[in-house]
Amino acid sequence: MSENNMAAAPAVRLPRLERQPLELRALKSGFLTGLTWLIAILGSVPLFSVIFMLVTQGGARLDFEALTALPPAGFELGGGFGNAIVGTLVMVAIASAISVPLGILAAIYLAVLDPYSRVAGTARFVAKTLTGFPSILAGVFTYAVLVVNFGYSALAGGVALAVLMLPTVVLAAEEAMKQVPQKMTDAAFGMGCTRSQVIWKVVLPTGLPGILTGVMLAVAGASGESAPLLFTALFSNYYISEVLEPTASLSILIYNFSAMPFDNQIELAWAASLVLVLIVLVFNILARIVGRPKV
Amino acid sequence: MSASAAAVASSATSKAFSPAGDVVIDCDLKKVFYGDFLAVRDSNVPIEKGKITGFIGPSGCGKSTVLRSLNRMNDLIPIFRFEGHVKYHGQDVYGKKVDPVVVRRYIGMVFQQPNPFSMSIYDNVAFGLRLNRFKGDMDERVQQALERAALWKEVKDKLSNSGLSLSGGQQQRLCIARAIATEPDVLLMDEPCSALDPIATRQVEQLMLELKERFTVALVTHNMQQATRVADTTAFFGVDISQGGRTGYLVEMGQTRQVFEDPREELTKQYVAGEFS
Repeated sequence: MSENNMAAAPAVRLPRLERQPLELRALKSGFLTGLTWLIAILGSVPLFSVIFMLVTQGGARLDFEALTALPPAGFELGGGFGNAIVGTLVMVAIASAISVPLGILAAIYLAVLDPYSRVAGTARFVAKTLTGFPSILAGVFTYAVLVVNFGYSALAGGVALAVLMLPTVVLAAEEAMKQVPQKMTDAAFGMGCTRSQVIWKVVLPTGLPGILTGVMLAVAGASGESAPLLFTALFSNYYISEVLEPTASLSILIYNFSAMPFDNQIELAWAASLVLVLIVLVFNILARIVGRPKV
Repeated sequence: MSASAAAVASSATSKAFSPAGDVVIDCDLKKVFYGDFLAVRDSNVPIEKGKITGFIGPSGCGKSTVLRSLNRMNDLIPIFRFEGHVKYHGQDVYGKKVDPVVVRRYIGMVFQQPNPFSMSIYDNVAFGLRLNRFKGDMDERVQQALERAALWKEVKDKLSNSGLSLSGGQQQRLCIARAIATEPDVLLMDEPCSALDPIATRQVEQLMLELKERFTVALVTHNMQQATRVADTTAFFGVDISQGGRTGYLVEMGQTRQVFEDPREELTKQYVAGEFS
């Protein structure tokens, strides 16, 4: 038997290395590749059509007046939504001022101080649950806690957005700090750092790009929210003068104007939508820039 | 029980090493546990001033455990406990009032994996100085430390680049510069060359020989040739599997030349001859 094989050896056909496009295997592979392409394109159709519509419908009215003027009333022509841009930015800033420090401190506890404790496990579970929490409930919660006592205000709007941002910030910051290699914390302890020095001088700075990415994504999400602002910041036709008054926001302005029977307001709603998307885009780009690993 | 008693007795004779010079760290670990696991027993390893003390032995023999117990790095492992004593210039390192953070400022450490911080080369070296609120000329001290670590020429034009942008060998020399910038008394080195190529290894070894002029060095190494090249005294650790677990213990300690050329213990003879590892 083995002799036969030996004898047959020179006659063995050389393996064919050329591509065989009509083989079943190649056909299947081609079909599946094509299918994934098709689905990828179909998946991006809604996305690009939204952007296309925003640019074509909103671009026309996107001028200096729209970005700075106050909202028009009734049959008035012209006008803009400058106060809503400022209101959105102010409320997102308030929300960040609340949720970022709280979130990072909570994340330090979860990631470094006592990651395996029952408290940490519970907090982590609650934070994960809250990321999927309907945003209108953040508004209702803030309404019950703040608005009932102090009335509608930018502060209440900011708090409602902070409630929404907090879980995202906590989980992103925890993840970023967990990624700090143990050998770096060992080095810090070996240098004679106390535990708090290890956290403030090594863990936090090393995890900072990841933390900032999480913060930026939370900010981007919060700036587009309308439901939590409905019961908290309400709306205003004027520029914000103090944080304890009802305040305009882009998302509520879009909601109000798009339902009006006047062409002028509807056009402004389109332009405001475009501005909102651009703001979210800017925050997302910032998140990418700060999150890029440095060499 | 009798088997282990015999082992203790046989190692008791070899534990009698007492160095001629001053002892900086008097380390006598009777038993070291991780939880219920007996990791090291009967290891009396005096660290002599101004010398390089090498720790050699097969994997799992506890040489890193012993090294890390000298500056209380093992405190970071909650289940660590030990019987015995570690005395630094006569003071009990594990005394109730002793702050492990202060101990580590006098007894610095270089790790197996180069572990620079994610910050500039300059800031890496200045890190410990800032920690100690150093008031003098920071630039000068950073340069001095980098020069002593034989890295200055390679990095002097890019001090603001990230420490992580350097090659592995450079990173390890940066970590050495960082460790010596604060002028610790003792430098513990835990297999500092195991992640380095032969050329970088030579550089780091050369560096160790220069460092011992100023510092006392304790060096764990997997590489016996390295011990013969740099260590003044060598402690050889073995693994005792007689009680089920793998327990490390000091087999023999002495002048490096004696340990390698004229070992007192049969086990040492076999190990340095390369019969097991």
